[in-house]
Amino acid sequence: MRISRRILAGLATASLAVTATSCGGGGTSGSFDDTVTVGILHSLSGTMAISESTLVDTEKMAIEEINAAGGVKVGGKSYKIEYIVEDGASDWPTFAEKSKKLIDQDGVPVVFGGWTSASRKAMLPVYESKDAFLYYPIQYEAQECSNNIFYTGATPNQQSEPATDFMYKRSPAAGGDFFLVGSDYVFPRTSNTITKAQVKQLGGKVVGEDYLPLGNTEVAPIISKIKKALPEGGIIINTLNGDQNVAFFKQIQDAGITPSSGYYVMNYSIAEEEISTIGPEFLEGHYGAWNYMMSIDTPASKKFAASFKKRWGADRVVADPQESAYNMVYLWKQAVEDAGTFDDNAVREALVGQKFDAPQGPVEVMPNHHLSQTVRIGEINAEGGFTILEETGVVLPQAWNQKHPSSKGFACDWTDPSKGEKYKL
Amino acid sequence: MELLLDSLFNGVAIGSVLLVAALGLAIVFGLMGVINLAHGELMMLGAYTTYVTQLIFKLPILKPFYNSYIIVSIFLAFIVSGVVGILLEKTIIRKLYGSPLETLLATWGVSLILQQFVRSVPLAYGTGLVIILLIGLFLPTTFPSKIKESINFKYFKFSSWIFAALTGVLTGSVISSSVSKLSRASARNVDVTAPAWMRGQIEIIGTAFPKTRLMIIVITLISVIAITLFLNQSAWGMRIRAVTQNRQMSDCLGISTEKVDIITFGIGSGLAGVAGVAVSLLGSVGPNVGGNYIVGCFMVVVLGGVGNLLGTVLASFGIGIMTDLIGAGRLLSIWPDMPLPLSNTINFFATTSMARVMIFALIVIFLQFKPTGLFPQKGRMVEN
Repeated sequence: MRISRRILAGLATASLAVTATSCGGGGTSGSFDDTVTVGILHSLSGTMAISESTLVDTEKMAIEEINAAGGVKVGGKSYKIEYIVEDGASDWPTFAEKSKKLIDQDGVPVVFGGWTSASRKAMLPVYESKDAFLYYPIQYEAQECSNNIFYTGATPNQQSEPATDFMYKRSPAAGGDFFLVGSDYVFPRTSNTITKAQVKQLGGKVVGEDYLPLGNTEVAPIISKIKKALPEGGIIINTLNGDQNVAFFKQIQDAGITPSSGYYVMNYSIAEEEISTIGPEFLEGHYGAWNYMMSIDTPASKKFAASFKKRWGADRVVADPQESAYNMVYLWKQAVEDAGTFDDNAVREALVGQKFDAPQGPVEVMPNHHLSQTVRIGEINAEGGFTILEETGVVLPQAWNQKHPSSKGFACDWTDPSKGEKYKL
Repeated sequence: MELLLDSLFNGVAIGSVLLVAALGLAIVFGLMGVINLAHGELMMLGAYTTYVTQLIFKLPILKPFYNSYIIVSIFLAFIVSGVVGILLEKTIIRKLYGSPLETLLATWGVSLILQQFVRSVPLAYGTGLVIILLIGLFLPTTFPSKIKESINFKYFKFSSWIFAALTGVLTGSVISSSVSKLSRASARNVDVTAPAWMRGQIEIIGTAFPKTRLMIIVITLISVIAITLFLNQSAWGMRIRAVTQNRQMSDCLGISTEKVDIITFGIGSGLAGVAGVAVSLLGSVGPNVGGNYIVGCFMVVVLGGVGNLLGTVLASFGIGIMTDLIGAGRLLSIWPDMPLPLSNTINFFATTSMARVMIFALIVIFLQFKPTGLFPQKGRMVEN
């Protein structure tokens, strides 16, 4: 008994030591005048851990790069960035709780965090009430514009709208009917409302729509509905989440719903990471729309992919969410240097108008706390990447979507006190 | 005709997934009265077994037999989940017979442990661990009875565990060095790709049927037939039924109830493993794959009537056909010009999420009138 107790105590100390070393960290090179500690808040356990841990890796890499280049320079002093990683545990209230901890207890000037809309909605009141600042890196449904959040992912008009336009006008199924499939939560429903309005404007027809409850992988009824609604092939817009995509693509292929028989699927949640999980043999010939794709053939993009592989392993891939996470760390650094202080409010003002040569091309922070971005349409190839077919110019973000009936005619501008969160155009 | 065939096939396809998943639970929960919340995780182990088998069959020595890996994995999955199930019975559940609430909590804890296990232990070493368990638990039972009765049996037992540990560690390291994908732990979902002969579709009387779905129906049919034959024709099957009906009396008549419990639980768990192979053909394999099915499994067993296999079969096909009828809005294609309010109602429920709500509502209503399910049976549950 005594021995086992001792072992237990030993184990406890050991695990404490492990946690202590795993929190905090950062690069070690160079000499700095001081340090600044930032917060990183993503799920490291639970369902979302698979996706969100890639963001933690990317943010750590960006911070190490900045430190290696001399850190953040504020008021003639150079600051080394250190970070505290907190685990949101795929549980939305935990995100709010950990945010409070990072702001109050650790006093971090900025938190990089979140993935799901649900986690963002849970954190939003915390940042607004404490007037702190959250940087959120995921493409999302928009219809939100907080003074305390900076969104570096795409809004629907920077992803789904150009994609729908491509599918209806220039894809092999051009002019065909649309069928919308999604997981049953806020992003697919909002995104599909926008798509329906847009298809109507284009003169096309949405012949069916179905939502799969999260966690459910029985897609047989959806397949029979697709076959009934689109007997001769057509366009399928897919906003399914995570592993539901695997069930969907495996089973539609078995049911003969393939590009060779005239069915083309446009995906909004499938990036390089997901292609390798689902298997390119099920996805080849279908489409995806993103701001960043690993196959972008520019020095900036190649350097980003190469440094990520060098830091985390040759078999790792980079995808759009990671690029957004990378950009936001650099944009924060630039804004801090411009503001000359780590103070939230000054940084917020300095942030708008910041430009950065991102891996996807130049991006700029707009007055509505979103980024102007380039949109790309790609066809999924057998190697598990995208063959880029189209590239738009720089698209300005719409925090309030101009096709969604509830937000048409509204915009957001935080640089003008009389306009703010939602004003009529 | 084609519509009817299509609809019937879809219903049977959905139902057979439910059935194969619920079959093991019908035995464990139905016959033994054990609420096993780790049932889904035993399925998950079966699904991971399929994945590991697939990768091992990609090795140069086994490459020529690659097309048959799915058949092999059915047997392996049965053994893997069965062994883990037996360990679970021996260590935890045996101590908790007769206290359902504690069993529920304990098995839920086990399900969390198993989920975290596949997330954080490389699959190669997981395989090694299963081999250790398999040899350690079963090798002693194969010794001649002379040794078993001897006073030194514990030393034999001990040395067989050492042998098991050596073999397990050795296989673990061999697999981990030859298949790099299995040598690192990963929380990412993995993918089982059916061999080429099982992909695509077959045409029967003018309608195309996906081959994987047909395969699942075949797996389900074979499992149901095998388990029915086992329960009704074999000696152990008779003992299991005897213990189910009256435990004390069976004990008095010389049936080793302890052995019966182990065998029943082992078979129930093994069937969960087979179900894992089936669901790995439909979607991806991940730590949470079992959790998606557990509620459906309990629903089927309760609706069918606890302790009755026929009830489980009918209930799963019933739910399958209803899911297809409601979820795909079939009634509208049968009767296209029905009055507007009715067709609007049907359209409202004709999405997968609403169909699920509707099915649950129907089951709740049904259980109001028949609380013991379709085929209530007398047994240990009723006596208690």
